[in-house]
Amino acid sequence: MSPVKEPSANPLTLKERMNVPHQHMPEQAPALRVTNFTEVNLGYSEELAKQEALRCLECAKATCVDNCPVGVKVKDFVKLIVEGKFLEAAAKIREDNVLPAITGRVCPQEDHCEGACLLHKKVESLGIGYLERFVADYEQRVGAKLAPNASPTGKKVAIVGSGPAGLTAAGDLVQKGHQVHVFEALHEIGGVLVYGIPEFRLPKGVIRQQIDKMREMGVEFETDVVVGKTVTIDELFGEERYHALFIATGAGLPVFLNIPGEHLNGVYSANEFLTRINLMHAYEFPRYDEPIVDLRGKHVAVVGGGNTALDAIRSARRLGAEKAYVIYRRSETEMPARIEEVKHAKQEGIEFRMLTNPVEFLDDGRGWLGAARCVEMELGEPDASGRRRPIPKAGSEFEVPLQVVVIATGTSANPLIQSTTPGLKTNKRGYIEADGETQRTSRKGVFAGGDIVTGAATVILAMGAGRRAAKSIHEYLSTGEWGTAVSS
Amino acid sequence: MFKIEKAEFIAPGIKRFVIEAPRIAKKHQAGQFLILRLEEHGERIPLTIESANATQGTISIVVQSVGKTTYQLNSLEAGDTILDVVGPLGKPSVIENFGTVVVVGGGVGTALAYPTTAALKKAGNRVLSIVGGRNRDLVILEDEMRAVSDELYVTTDDGSHGEKGLVTDKLRQLLASEAEIRLVLAVGPIPMMKAVADLTREKGIHTVVSLNPIMIDGTGMCGGCRVLVGGKSQFACVDGPEFDASEVNFEVLMQRNRMYRDAEKRSLEEYQKRLKEEEEASTCQLEGVRP
Repeated sequence: MSPVKEPSANPLTLKERMNVPHQHMPEQAPALRVTNFTEVNLGYSEELAKQEALRCLECAKATCVDNCPVGVKVKDFVKLIVEGKFLEAAAKIREDNVLPAITGRVCPQEDHCEGACLLHKKVESLGIGYLERFVADYEQRVGAKLAPNASPTGKKVAIVGSGPAGLTAAGDLVQKGHQVHVFEALHEIGGVLVYGIPEFRLPKGVIRQQIDKMREMGVEFETDVVVGKTVTIDELFGEERYHALFIATGAGLPVFLNIPGEHLNGVYSANEFLTRINLMHAYEFPRYDEPIVDLRGKHVAVVGGGNTALDAIRSARRLGAEKAYVIYRRSETEMPARIEEVKHAKQEGIEFRMLTNPVEFLDDGRGWLGAARCVEMELGEPDASGRRRPIPKAGSEFEVPLQVVVIATGTSANPLIQSTTPGLKTNKRGYIEADGETQRTSRKGVFAGGDIVTGAATVILAMGAGRRAAKSIHEYLSTGEWGTAVSS
Repeated sequence: MFKIEKAEFIAPGIKRFVIEAPRIAKKHQAGQFLILRLEEHGERIPLTIESANATQGTISIVVQSVGKTTYQLNSLEAGDTILDVVGPLGKPSVIENFGTVVVVGGGVGTALAYPTTAALKKAGNRVLSIVGGRNRDLVILEDEMRAVSDELYVTTDDGSHGEKGLVTDKLRQLLASEAEIRLVLAVGPIPMMKAVADLTREKGIHTVVSLNPIMIDGTGMCGGCRVLVGGKSQFACVDGPEFDASEVNFEVLMQRNRMYRDAEKRSLEEYQKRLKEEEEASTCQLEGVRP
């Protein structure tokens, strides 16, 4: 364990810190929360936050920082919490992360900062996500003064897509004095944050506040523009006179299983199911116009093991599903979902049907889903992803009665921009090719990042790409030098 | 916010709107559609763009009152605004000089077929158009269609205008009398498009239909608009909306369009009830102030 070198406000010895219990996140009781869409986690109080912050060992080599895709100075902001300087702590996070209230809620901390936390070797990791959320909410409540932007550079940057990658790049670039204009295809700003992640995990109000902050910082937003259709990249450079452009359009098209019966009524892609609920407020029908199939008393399953799958099935539960299953072809240890979401889902009565895969959706005789024919799986040798490959067990087919199923097994590249932008290179899966460090594409002045480059990943990884892009765009705009284009 | 410049009923329950939408007007090509949302609690619905004027920055749509949103939209007048309008979406119609083409427009479908018909005519095709409706009132854009057609035939179910019968009756005649039909474009109710597809499939005539499944985002993101074409799932918003009619599974399309029938009915009933209550309330107030 690294010794504490700098003066610390933390009165506890390292040993004492290890003995402070991890402060649990207060949450809505499961029986109550399955009847509403309000947030599950209620947030730390000042006392809980200070108590949790005391657990930080203040390591000389802060592995938590090294493992953060956007490089949040975890040790520094936690120290400020110990000192009770919550606004300063928020400002410290903002140096690297313009969306702390969002990442504090949805980032898979166990894969990054908390996974790297030294405490984790002996006891539970420091609750870095909870602390981040606490200071971000505190800042929102109290109202923080934003750091002023650099003086105007006269350069115009267009950001295509207002999800986590786009917002992060926009925030960083506007602070550097550039004029930043964000285009969004949907009617609301936030991308996957608003259409994908449900209210009970990330309230819309929180997103709106973070976006209002960005407006205050000077970022311009324009909704209802599908770049590639409404306006092309060439037109943005030409008549609209942008100097640089960042493509952050996200993951794209839902992938179906390609099994019989997928056209039946009651079969949804996770994107559609969640968009109806989150973006279109179908859970408030008929106050909102957009409907969703009535799930009350129904048997509902989601196919897949990621956060999207859990968001979908937990939403179904809240909409009255009597039986709610997660059907996943590997076992629980391979599930890519956040640990906390798995825990919450189980508390909410979601049944996990692991090592199971649907092979056909069966018609109830009226064009609606009646059941899924599934097959049991077993795990074989590791595949290219390093996870053990699921193999169907011969003769193990069985039927699960279901009225609604949501497919959450992934997405593929949306070709809208690539197909209308000459000279923009894509890889064989259709994603845009961009340099891993600079996010530069094969077109001069065009940068790309997030899911449209990597395929579906997480909010924080997209934000990391947004940060790198902003840095690289700033360099390009300052020097006018493009450097070597992406090779393929 | 998108301002309505002009709004006029062109038939009972069918209204044409001219909307200020400069970005869309500049990019529109025949066959494309837009998605609109009327207000904060509104749903997103796709509507085919009837025409666009890039210099004036306006587009037009033709809307038939069917459900809550279309009734609500058709209650709007010039000067009112629509919260969101996004487009142009979907692939444009394939326009070439094919030779002789037949355009079949049923009901409000005629308005949707109009821009493609005009483009086909301009590309040098010999255009034979059949427009139909249940009765005289529901035959729309007859003059406009005549202006871009070499021959125009009108049919009504009740015989109140043009020939008595269905558009497909007329099509059957043309298929028999015209030797060199290279393309049939059919836009209208699903049963009509299916009937056209059945007629032309036998003859091996390339036929295009414009499909109208339920959509949300219109950019390929949600997959709600998937249709079964040639046994494969296609997204009408990005792969369409036009498809080869001989390959379209119309039963699945009809079945999927019925998915929210109960909710749609409820939505419309509550909207109409609310309108009635508001009307009564305002009548009461007026009576209240009467001396």
